Amino acid sequence: MATAEEVAKAAERRDVRDRWLLSAPALLVIFLAATGPLLIVLVYSFLTPGSYGDVKWQFSPEAWVSVFLERDIFDDTLSIAAAHVTIFLRSIKLSVVTTIATLVLGFPTAYFMATRSEKTRDLWLFLITIPFWTNLLIRTFAVLQIIRNEGIVNTMLLKLGIISAPIQILYTDTAILIGMAYVYLPLMVLPIYASMEKLDFRLVEAGYDLYASRFQVLRRIIFPLVKPGVIAGSILVFIPALGAYVTPSVLGGGKNMMLSNLIELQFGQGRNWPLGSALSIAVMIIVMVALLAYVRNAGKSGVRHG
Amino acid sequence: MPDKPDRNAIEVVNVSKIFGSGEGQVAALDTVSVSIRENEFFTLLGPSGCGKTTLLRLIAGFDFPTAGEILLYGQDIAPLPPFKRPVNTVFQSYALFPHMTVADNIGFGLEMLGKPKAEIKARVAEMLKLVKMEALAGRRTSQISGGQQQRVALARALAPQPKVLLLDEPLSALDYKLRKEMQIELKRLQHETGITFIFVTHDQEEALTMSDRIAVMSSGKILQVGSPWDIYDKPAERFVADFIGETNFLTAAISEMANGKARATLKSGATIEATVAQGFQPKPNATVVVRPEHAKLTKAKGELSGTVENIVYFGTDTHIHVHLDSGELFTVRQQNTRSAGCGFEKGDKVGILIGNDAAQVLKD
Repeated sequence: MATAEEVAKAAERRDVRDRWLLSAPALLVIFLAATGPLLIVLVYSFLTPGSYGDVKWQFSPEAWVSVFLERDIFDDTLSIAAAHVTIFLRSIKLSVVTTIATLVLGFPTAYFMATRSEKTRDLWLFLITIPFWTNLLIRTFAVLQIIRNEGIVNTMLLKLGIISAPIQILYTDTAILIGMAYVYLPLMVLPIYASMEKLDFRLVEAGYDLYASRFQVLRRIIFPLVKPGVIAGSILVFIPALGAYVTPSVLGGGKNMMLSNLIELQFGQGRNWPLGSALSIAVMIIVMVALLAYVRNAGKSGVRHG
Repeated sequence: MPDKPDRNAIEVVNVSKIFGSGEGQVAALDTVSVSIRENEFFTLLGPSGCGKTTLLRLIAGFDFPTAGEILLYGQDIAPLPPFKRPVNTVFQSYALFPHMTVADNIGFGLEMLGKPKAEIKARVAEMLKLVKMEALAGRRTSQISGGQQQRVALARALAPQPKVLLLDEPLSALDYKLRKEMQIELKRLQHETGITFIFVTHDQEEALTMSDRIAVMSSGKILQVGSPWDIYDKPAERFVADFIGETNFLTAAISEMANGKARATLKSGATIEATVAQGFQPKPNATVVVRPEHAKLTKAKGELSGTVENIVYFGTDTHIHVHLDSGELFTVRQQNTRSAGCGFEKGDKVGILIGNDAAQVLKD
């Protein structure tokens, strides 16, 4: 006869096993949904492009070679693919500048919100989330309307006599930057606000009391304490900015491409699916490396709350 | 001893502070004037909402007065931001910087003043020793106890050698025993550093035991300033007498004033001698206060007579509540001895003896 303890243990073991079995279908779907498409992309990146935009099942490292290199049409010598490198660098530059711009705009905004009374804070939070209600494409076209040559900004400046000819903002890197900064600003404000709201403002008073000027209080007390929010916000802005597609294609006019536009081109007009796949994976690797470096660096002097 | 004991460190001249505007405005301070002497342990005492913390915040520079001047050694500091005032604060919540070590917290003020590194290091070591925290210099402030945080907050505020140290109910978060210890510690620190302390509290016992002088505040006004002895034995107003310790209020007619003494005729018809403030005008229905421990209960005839209503035993002493024949209530505090009881019982007819120096006439 089994003792009561053994019976209980067996029942528990059965219980655990049943739980795994019951959740197995869901786990399987999630696993496949997450890794399946990525695997297909990875496999495609090692195949040969077909003539009509599909792939031929023939191994070729050519796509990976052309991510950064270019084969001369006549003598097959390899040289740096200037166009790709430019687009990579522009994308990274624009994403970094967008992150900095949203930080510069978002930090004071979050500070302002966190220092309001509790009731009005909710109202500000609500106002910050309003842009999310509108489709990204529509918001981007709204920005286009504002900055185009016949748009509000140029018309106003012309009427006021400040400029004599419209400033060309649309279809420049500046336009992309304005659009992305506008679209991603809430993603920077919200995490910083969450950290800022927890900040004990008596510490700020203590700083002033101990002869710290306003700037020193910001640098030595407020910033270190809301750093987790700044890190989270930067990640939330940088990643989608690097992969932004709609904003650069609408505001950059297809001339100033970013990575997503380049990738899209390979699957569309370019009819080079393997190159598109290789580029996609290259972007993922860049993001991962950048994130690891950033988090490790920021974490060194990071603050633990509580 | 200080060189010039009567020099004023802080002078508050006709300061008002009004919060809000229109109909919702509240006068937290109403034309307050007070002088705080150099090297003194000065306490602002009052119930919550009396304006004591507001006054402290005005001196620190966290708020600015609506009207009036605040002078620090003769110089008007009211328009200066807090980081330009040679004044430091110990906060009620301590407000230690959680992302810095104990030593970094203490050195922060000196660092902001741009002192050389070697000097900061020496001063921090000195401060750690002063508050007996040498062993925990490298700890984060979240890793030390409440009492230790209190010491660090003190050391941090004292490190830049402020002209005046402001303490905002710094002991209220500590338990009773630790509070008693810190009271003595604070007195020692004040003595050793020779810095003027302005201490805010709602605890009358804390105020009486620690202060050189006390200002009693209520509803945005300072009602009385004086030594603990003055405040306790010669309260000028009903609020002061009532807020500090226990007391008996008796209606009396005041007459024959001379040399700060007056004759007070009580409702019972008996007359007693009472201390009176200068400039007091004789009147038929003034209030006289007598502390419970300054009266004596007797079975014979006294200045007052009544019936014992209740007897409350407190260990060190016994409170006997007497219903006076005049209809008023009177409490007598009697020191306990080990062998005997208090000698009275509920319902006893008793007399109350009031000595010659026991009564004080209130201003109003």
